[in-house]
Amino acid sequence: MAPAEKPMSSRKSHQPTSDRKALDGKTSGEKAPHEQAWHDVVLETFKRNDIRLIPYVPDRVLTTLIRTLHADPFFTTFPTAREEEAVGIVSGAWMGGMRGAVLMQTSGFATLANVLASLAVPYQIPLIMLVSERGTLGEFNYGQSLVCHTMRPVLDSLAMEHHTATRLDEFEFVVDRSIKQAVATQAPVALILSPLLTGGKVFEQ
Amino acid sequence: MSEPVSKPSHRPARNTKVMNRFDITSRLVAKLKNEEAVIGGIGNTNFDLWAAGRRPQNFYMLGSMGLAFPIALGVALAQPERRVFALEGDGSLLMQIGCLSTIAMLAPKNLCMIVMDNGVYQITGAQPTPAAAVSDIVAIAAGCGLADSAWAADEEDFERLVDQSLSASGPMLIGVRIDDRPGVGTTRRDPVQIRERFMMGLGVRQAL
Repeated sequence: MAPAEKPMSSRKSHQPTSDRKALDGKTSGEKAPHEQAWHDVVLETFKRNDIRLIPYVPDRVLTTLIRTLHADPFFTTFPTAREEEAVGIVSGAWMGGMRGAVLMQTSGFATLANVLASLAVPYQIPLIMLVSERGTLGEFNYGQSLVCHTMRPVLDSLAMEHHTATRLDEFEFVVDRSIKQAVATQAPVALILSPLLTGGKVFEQ
Repeated sequence: MSEPVSKPSHRPARNTKVMNRFDITSRLVAKLKNEEAVIGGIGNTNFDLWAAGRRPQNFYMLGSMGLAFPIALGVALAQPERRVFALEGDGSLLMQIGCLSTIAMLAPKNLCMIVMDNGVYQITGAQPTPAAAVSDIVAIAAGCGLADSAWAADEEDFERLVDQSLSASGPMLIGVRIDDRPGVGTTRRDPVQIRERFMMGLGVRQAL
């Protein structure tokens, strides 16, 4: 996945700025001083859109995001036993005037078809979901790869808006616009965080 | 495997009267004077809430079995000054029992959970739940960390517990043993109108 490493100065001279950002984000998760990591983009875009309530079922890729959300008193961040439960909580909070978003992994999304079809979609609730994508681009667990294949067909079958974020330079735009669209249209949205953006989880021997 | 034989009468002995869902729901609603929110779980639980008199602060679930307490938790977190009640069936709660730990951890002061326990999936033909003959839902709640969990001994005791919850400083759970009578009314299945009216009732939206 990672291109052959070149000295920073050489890459700088050959790549347009936006491409360079994306490459930096997806190869190592490291960042130049002037740019943010993907998880900082999530935190700040949530804040700017007044998204305060963050129930989650954890995932390895989400570790830093979850830690920084917990550390920031702007957010009410807490784990739930199931993703469905988290969807219920942010749905109730939204009806009570507080915005939220649910963090989960692909396998967690696979437990949600019923609550999406019977609560979020028919009641027109702007449910915002961040799904860390397991099961592709270097997956080592066949079960994860199979469950990943169920995700987009479920989203499409409910005509739900979803985007797969792969590039850091587009990421803020995708997150910000998706949140605003969900709220304006009162419709759920799923933001799928590709390993191209996050680095994913790889098998370590 | 043989047919499960458990019936309400075979359950662990409890010093609690078998009450009626509609009657209990009506007693709750009669006590609500401060625009308290009420979330009615799927099926007969919200049918009886509907029949007990429409209030703008009522939310009626038409699916998402097991999510009455999580939805109520969300409302309680969003509006900490408002008291929030959730009505859930025992079978529904079994589907999402982990939410009791989440609620115990967050310990919202303004949330009161009421479990209507008849030991059966009444709406699908009154088949016994797996918990019916063996489990005590109030003990499960206490074990999840909801220290203020109690069975209502009778209607009077239920009303006393509701009064207590209206000034409680932590979440409460009230277990009510009920008969297997179906709901008295039928909720009108209009999810957008239900949600919109609820949001207006909570002061989040104004009518167009």
